[in-house]
Amino acid sequence: MLMDEIRYISPEISILCFALLIVLIDLFVKQKRALPVLAFIGVVIAAVFTLLIWGNAGVTAFYKVIAIDQFGLFFKLLILASVALVILASHRYVIKFDNFQGEYYALLLLSAIGLMLLVSSTNLIAIYVALELSSISLYVLVSFLKDKQSSEAGLKYLILGAVASAVLLYGMAFIFGLTGNTCLTCIADYIKGMPADNLLASPILLVGIVLLVAGFGFKIASVPFQMWVPDVYEGAPTPITAYLSVASKAAGFAVITRVFMTAFGMPSWLSSDWAMIVAVLSTITMTVGNVIAIVQTNIKRLLGYSSIAQAGYLMVGLAAMGMAAESDGLIRSGLIFFLLSYTLTNLGAFIAIIAISNKINSDQIDDYAGMGKRAPLLAIALTLCLVSLTGLPPTAGLIAKIYIFSGAVDQGLLWLVIIAVINSCISAFYYFKVVKVMWLGEPVSQEKVTSSWPEWIALGLCCILVVIIGVVPGAFVNLTQAAVKIFGI
Amino acid sequence: MNLNLLSWIIFLPVLGLLVIAVIPRPGHKTVKWIALAAALASFILSMIMFFLFDRSAAAIGHMQFEEKIAWIPAINSFYHLGVDGLSLPLVILMTFLGVLSVLISWKIQLRPKEYFVWLLLLESSILGVFCSLDLILFFLFWEIELIPMFFLISIWGSGRKEYAAYKYLIYTLVGSAFMLAGILCTYFITNTLDITQLAGMQVKSSFIPLTVLFFLLMIGFAIKLPVFPFHTWLPDAHTNAPTAVSVILAGALLKMGGYGMIRLCVSFLPQVAVQYAPIMVILAIIGVLYGAAVTLRQTDLKRLIAYSSVSHMGYVLLGIFALNQVSMTGASLQMFSHGVITGLLFAMVGLVYDKTHNRDLNSLSGLARQMPVIAVVFSIAGLASLGLPGTSGFAAEFIIFAGSFVSTALGGMKIYTLLAVIGIVVTSGYILWMLQRAFYGTPLNKYNGVGDADAVEMLSTFSFVAVIMLVGIYPAVLTDVINMGIAPIAQLIGM
Repeated sequence: MLMDEIRYISPEISILCFALLIVLIDLFVKQKRALPVLAFIGVVIAAVFTLLIWGNAGVTAFYKVIAIDQFGLFFKLLILASVALVILASHRYVIKFDNFQGEYYALLLLSAIGLMLLVSSTNLIAIYVALELSSISLYVLVSFLKDKQSSEAGLKYLILGAVASAVLLYGMAFIFGLTGNTCLTCIADYIKGMPADNLLASPILLVGIVLLVAGFGFKIASVPFQMWVPDVYEGAPTPITAYLSVASKAAGFAVITRVFMTAFGMPSWLSSDWAMIVAVLSTITMTVGNVIAIVQTNIKRLLGYSSIAQAGYLMVGLAAMGMAAESDGLIRSGLIFFLLSYTLTNLGAFIAIIAISNKINSDQIDDYAGMGKRAPLLAIALTLCLVSLTGLPPTAGLIAKIYIFSGAVDQGLLWLVIIAVINSCISAFYYFKVVKVMWLGEPVSQEKVTSSWPEWIALGLCCILVVIIGVVPGAFVNLTQAAVKIFGI
Repeated sequence: MNLNLLSWIIFLPVLGLLVIAVIPRPGHKTVKWIALAAALASFILSMIMFFLFDRSAAAIGHMQFEEKIAWIPAINSFYHLGVDGLSLPLVILMTFLGVLSVLISWKIQLRPKEYFVWLLLLESSILGVFCSLDLILFFLFWEIELIPMFFLISIWGSGRKEYAAYKYLIYTLVGSAFMLAGILCTYFITNTLDITQLAGMQVKSSFIPLTVLFFLLMIGFAIKLPVFPFHTWLPDAHTNAPTAVSVILAGALLKMGGYGMIRLCVSFLPQVAVQYAPIMVILAIIGVLYGAAVTLRQTDLKRLIAYSSVSHMGYVLLGIFALNQVSMTGASLQMFSHGVITGLLFAMVGLVYDKTHNRDLNSLSGLARQMPVIAVVFSIAGLASLGLPGTSGFAAEFIIFAGSFVSTALGGMKIYTLLAVIGIVVTSGYILWMLQRAFYGTPLNKYNGVGDADAVEMLSTFSFVAVIMLVGIYPAVLTDVINMGIAPIAQLIGM
């Protein structure tokens, strides 16, 4: 039995081993080139382990603390894929870290473990521990450049993150106080037995849910918990920004979905109540993100606000999920499909930015002028990713939007969808600003911008997948539908 | 017989652009010939389709050349193509303009590789819109068109090109945003995305009022056509776009709006269409008269033609929402005819500008002396635009008025029609005035050296003239086909 349970967390264990190995080797080896290779191998092995247990899906381990289900495994693969891409993209960037390359890769892997545990935990305490594990690694990584901006970003992230954790813990305490349980299914059972028929009848539950939304809201950067995003995104090393914007966000959405669908998914008055909270937050989130993004002049800040806006679209899917207590998989898989498309697209955009900024040493949008001439392929790739973020064909972004919004329309959230589609129009304005600068601006120098082969592999993979998902989404839709089956009623 | 003719027609330009894109550092000539070959192949196939098109009575109300492959099974979406009498003329129009726009762009010097890539992508996406029978696919093609347009206007345009490109982008996106919401609602009300099944479906919805659905879909089409209060993007986009793009924009892109109205709004929700037809007809009249009045005041040749499009599209809207079989046939013919006529007018303005580097009517005069061929062709186009009998403009407008005058779908159509006819008078005013000022005044010495149209230019402009004449003299070549597409839709309205 124990062996089985250990097998279920074999991906995490293997990553842990590689993280420690990297720290050890870093001590004794002068040649740092081996480290990223090692980190990459670790990720690949973990992915293989994850695929091996795909067949066993549907069990729990360690007294219902960890669930092995397709939902969790799907997100583990997504996280591993983004870590792998970030490692590839860091290839030239790590030179800036001098002697700390070992720590960089080790911390990256450690935070990945945290996120992987987070997406499969089914117990409030385990969720909290996993969240902290990933967050603490990320606090360090954000301040890794050790210059003024990066340190400030790290400190900000630390303090606000700590507050958010405290809020989350407080919320969990309320839920525990009410139900006497920390495991999600036990909480669900208790709530089903409650005599109440609306949220106001049970103030403790209400407070608990609101605090949980606030705590998780920090992780996914929903308004009003988004304050940290622009500064942290700007100050952090760009690969870490990319990582924060995709893996951390995806895991955040995964855990929210799991907690709210499992623990608070029934009865339907409860789920439609929190869905309404999410829907309202979603409108504010996407509007704030999109409107403020328009005036940004730094590309990392711009993508920071854009990722806030994207979180807003994702919350449309979450709200639809809450409303759809009794419908089919179509609605629920919209959120996951969007996350898949968003992860690839945003990573692609960031990898292109990393490659460009390595050369021009600037994140100002104006300095991207004439990039179409200086680095045509990078400019094409970045354009493609921005087009996908806008939600235009032939990319994953459009299909993802159609898919996530269709679920919301089905649940009677037409008003929310109309706000969301208008928001995508606003977003076109700033995404195309970057496109315009790249293709229409006069280059400041004639020097070509080159990039290294690992960056090309990572960027190429992202772009190809973005187009493939945009043109023939069928297989990916099936994959995401398999992932959400666990929430079947 | 299954040759996937439609897929070939749509994707041959894509094939062409891929070839252009993968050749490293191609010469200007290579790029142009590949683009021309792709566009020409697509045109030839569409002509073959036109001749193979089944015109028998049995084929009325059926899609032809259908292709259907599962695409996104989860939401019942298919890669589903087909043409009927409504879309076939528009497909031919687009492939025709596709060939000519390549010819018109023959002298382009700035970044030709990218230019032709975008131009071909634009052609593909518009063809896709006319052929799609699945709402998601329709929407996909509808949106693809934005990206090439944005680049074509903002890089190869003139004047306030970036402003115009942005304005175009945002306007269209707003329209399509509502359309997406409408399409999603349609799907959940009817549980199908198949356009052929939607036609004539007796929809009942507790979900959202059908009126709301109608207008969600309508806004996108109204912006594209453009209908009166949403027309302001058009003069900017037209004026600042490069010539070939203006030709496609006026020629085929605007027609996506009219096509969408007939294909979706009217045939899917005929009752709502009848209910709100008076509003649309009034907007059409405003568009006709206001557009014509504003055109009178323009002194920039290109802007003048652009505003005349607003007026002419008003006739299309009138024809559609007179909701009469004859008037809708007229509207479809007008879409085709306006596409060719205005395409030619823009091409001619482009030529005049190329030679004289001037588009301002105040400083042009007597050009007929220096460029006789251009003057003659320009005059023919102008006369066709004002509806001279013997040209396609006359045939189309006459059929619209004949249909709308007798339409009983809504009250007061006789008065509306009479009001719209006033537009023709104003049109004659601005067209003749324009021709007179640009070509028939005292010749200016400064233009003595400018040349006339060369062989390529003559080839492209004469083919426009030929089509205008052919349709003008024998409109049945198209109306027979169009009628087959319109008849079942008119039946739904029951008029």
